[in-house]
Amino acid sequence: MADSDGRQVVSINHSTEEDVKLQEVVQAKCEGKELTKEEKQRLRKEKKQHKKNKKDDRGPPEKEKEKEKASVLAPSKPATQSPAHKAAPVPVNASASESPVAAEKPAKSKAEQRAERRARQDTERASKQGKKEGGQQSASSKPKATPNELQPVKRLPEHIQVDDPAALKKLAKKLERQQVPLRSDYGYKVSLFSHLHQYSRKNPPTQQISIPATVIHPSIVRLGLQYSQGIIAGSNARSVALLHAFKQVIQDYSTPPNEELSRDLVNKLSPYISFLSQCRPLSASMGNAIKYIKKEISNIPSQCKEEEAKRRLQECIDSYINEKIILASEAISKYAIEKISDGDVILVYGCSSLVNHILCEAFEKQRKFRVIVVDSRPRLEGREALRRLVKKGIRCTYVLISALSYILPEVSKVFLGAHALLANGYVMSRVGTSQIALVAKAYNVPVLVCCETYKFCERVQTDSFESNELDDPDDLIVTRNGKTHLENWQTVKSLGLLNLVYDVTPPDFVDLVITDLGMIPCTSVPVVLRVKNVDQ
Amino acid sequence: MDGWWGCYNTVLIADKQQKKSRIHDPGEVSVWFRKCSSVQNQRFTETLVKMPGADKETDLSERIESFLSELKRCGSGAGSLRGSAETARETTALLRRITAQARWSNAGDLMEIIRKEGRRMTAAQPSETTVGNMVRRVLKIIREEYARSRGSTEEADQQESLHKLLTSGGSSEDNFRQHFAHLKANIIEAINELLTELEGTTDNISMQALEHIHSNEVIMTIGRSRTVEAFLKDAARKRKFHVMVAECAPFCQGHEMATSLSKEDIETTVIPDAAIFAVMSRVNKVIIGTQTVLANGGLRAVNGTHTLALAAKHHSTPLIVCAPMFKLSPQFPNEEDTFHKFVSPHEVLPFTEGEILSKVNAHCPLFDYVPPELITLFISNIGGNAPSYIYRLMSELYHPEDHEL
Repeated sequence: MADSDGRQVVSINHSTEEDVKLQEVVQAKCEGKELTKEEKQRLRKEKKQHKKNKKDDRGPPEKEKEKEKASVLAPSKPATQSPAHKAAPVPVNASASESPVAAEKPAKSKAEQRAERRARQDTERASKQGKKEGGQQSASSKPKATPNELQPVKRLPEHIQVDDPAALKKLAKKLERQQVPLRSDYGYKVSLFSHLHQYSRKNPPTQQISIPATVIHPSIVRLGLQYSQGIIAGSNARSVALLHAFKQVIQDYSTPPNEELSRDLVNKLSPYISFLSQCRPLSASMGNAIKYIKKEISNIPSQCKEEEAKRRLQECIDSYINEKIILASEAISKYAIEKISDGDVILVYGCSSLVNHILCEAFEKQRKFRVIVVDSRPRLEGREALRRLVKKGIRCTYVLISALSYILPEVSKVFLGAHALLANGYVMSRVGTSQIALVAKAYNVPVLVCCETYKFCERVQTDSFESNELDDPDDLIVTRNGKTHLENWQTVKSLGLLNLVYDVTPPDFVDLVITDLGMIPCTSVPVVLRVKNVDQ
Repeated sequence: MDGWWGCYNTVLIADKQQKKSRIHDPGEVSVWFRKCSSVQNQRFTETLVKMPGADKETDLSERIESFLSELKRCGSGAGSLRGSAETARETTALLRRITAQARWSNAGDLMEIIRKEGRRMTAAQPSETTVGNMVRRVLKIIREEYARSRGSTEEADQQESLHKLLTSGGSSEDNFRQHFAHLKANIIEAINELLTELEGTTDNISMQALEHIHSNEVIMTIGRSRTVEAFLKDAARKRKFHVMVAECAPFCQGHEMATSLSKEDIETTVIPDAAIFAVMSRVNKVIIGTQTVLANGGLRAVNGTHTLALAAKHHSTPLIVCAPMFKLSPQFPNEEDTFHKFVSPHEVLPFTEGEILSKVNAHCPLFDYVPPELITLFISNIGGNAPSYIYRLMSELYHPEDHEL
């Protein structure tokens, strides 16, 4: 795309040798759009250093390019999109539109441009510090918040734009630059979900990485592999593992000369995050954790020594885990135990670490209840929950989700875990949760969702199609009585397998949400988010 | 037992108490000999000369026994090894054979015999309701034929007007004791008609497919139903649509259905049971089969169907049930202990989870009850009906006194 637009630029400028180089430079610039201002600054510095080795006629095109960059930055900011998230068409179009304009303008003096740019960057950074970015989109690449008070509409994250070839190309280029392997989709995708990735567990993303990986820290490689193979699953577990891996990364980090820790470390983290999202799309909790870390890193004052800064960061991470996850679950258990009375029959679905914790605590506090664990193919996570509860000594019953209508008349309460709580009150959780809530509502059984506040996110979604995750379709294949019907599903043209991971539950099915801030109705989620924003 | 020996033994056995039910007490044996000489039973007379008459009896009893043992065996829950249509056909064929070969002199006797055999057959496999339905259909046929032979109109007999109830009192208690010459032939002919009807049910239902399925629809179904399969394949010949099949754990019959549909070039997707509500917002119609249609218009269908019906109701998606008339049963869903059927919990929690197995209750029910409010339409071989009309169809198919066999 950049090439073609570069060529457009060339055609408009009546191609000359200079313009051919301009085209290369425009291409580099388009890639450079994804760099932060610091990176661009560094790029500029490097180019200045190598200026002696370059030909003289590269100079003016550079200036033009820089000027174009500056001029393009100006219109793109008020275009209500954070500079960190630009889809390919916009900068390319902007560049295409700007470059003829820029070519017509006479080159300003370098000093003026630099002064202009620095002033702009300083104002931006000042406004950035006080703002919090919302949403999961920011977690995928850059953390810088927009300067506006009311968050403008966020750019679409890459992982729900798989059907857009422009977005795919942009992602491929970005990954190439970061030296992160690109994972390819697998198998026939159901047409309704063509906008999502579908990976196979048999092709881990680490196949293409050389050993030792130069760009990606080994603990991150290990983490990514654990995610993609499903060894670490569950949003709390994934977040905690991520934070521990980042602690390791910070421990091993050393600031290169002429760089500030607060800027450079954030840049170092970007390829790691890209790699992890290639292994498995980031969860809302992971996104919030990453945002927090990046904010903490960029808040490190520049005069702080490296050791001091590292120690401070480690402490921040530890306190985050402690507050948001461990203490939060204690608080939630306290509230939830009030809701469990003697003689209750409690239904749980799948394996939620928080719900298991609540039940174990309640059992220790001598509440008399029994538990029904509902499970579903193909993940069969309920068996893990069953093992933990039985080990504790709780009386359990186990059924599959198709037997829900049979078992529900016995049930007095339903406890569900959540993967994320969306800003419009919808609960995003493991696929099947909405079904449980639906049938429980039909039988007038109260549904209680337990969720920590760090999982609240500002996304909105009304059904399970818009943003979801497609798991390996081969998981659905099963052998019964020696016959495997779906064995050769790939060869049959009109047969597709769909293995969804998440679904959203409408708020009218949920009676109560138990969080560490208290017991709230589903619709109060945006209130909590706003309160948290103001606090931070 | 072959001819001579069989006949001899039959008479001897009459004096002893034997385990087998084809005991003929002395009184019946004499009746049998008497009947053999009547003109009506020429066949029996001939066979008496050759002595394989008893052979027919034993043959019949053997067939009944083998049918019963097959019924008992195929109830393991791995889907029926034979479809309901086959069961219905075999039951009707067996009843025809009983009518032809058993000894009876009047309709009342025949009805007693059939009722007795019917009780045994339903006891062998209570969840296989088509057996009981066919027995009741045949009983109704017998009543009709008897009434026709007697000359009274069908209408007058069947109308249960309040006036009639008051005036006639105990209606036709001993009415079936008259003997008619051509009753047997008539009954056998009527049963043949019933068999023809049974053979054409799937085709009749499939013929209505194009009325209900139009192009570019997304249709959801669950598990495996031969009726729905034929229905969808028939529509696919002319229209293009997309089918989502819920796999229906733990037996995963949906997989077979999906492979069979995709062979006919129908765009099929297999989804796990947990994703039913998640994808329901894109589904235009839900078309399901069922094991039994109950007397109130509700269903006894494969487990997971109630969830599917609730999800469809929430999204206001029409729920269409393709069920031939022989699945209509006069049972009501309120008998808790006879409604459900369970199979081994190792399908749900396999023996590999040995450590926790002993401390856990695992359930594997086979059926779900779907109340009639969730159903939009029944498509049967006689056309489309609303669930509220089912009680009327039932009164046409079965006689109220036969509801309890």
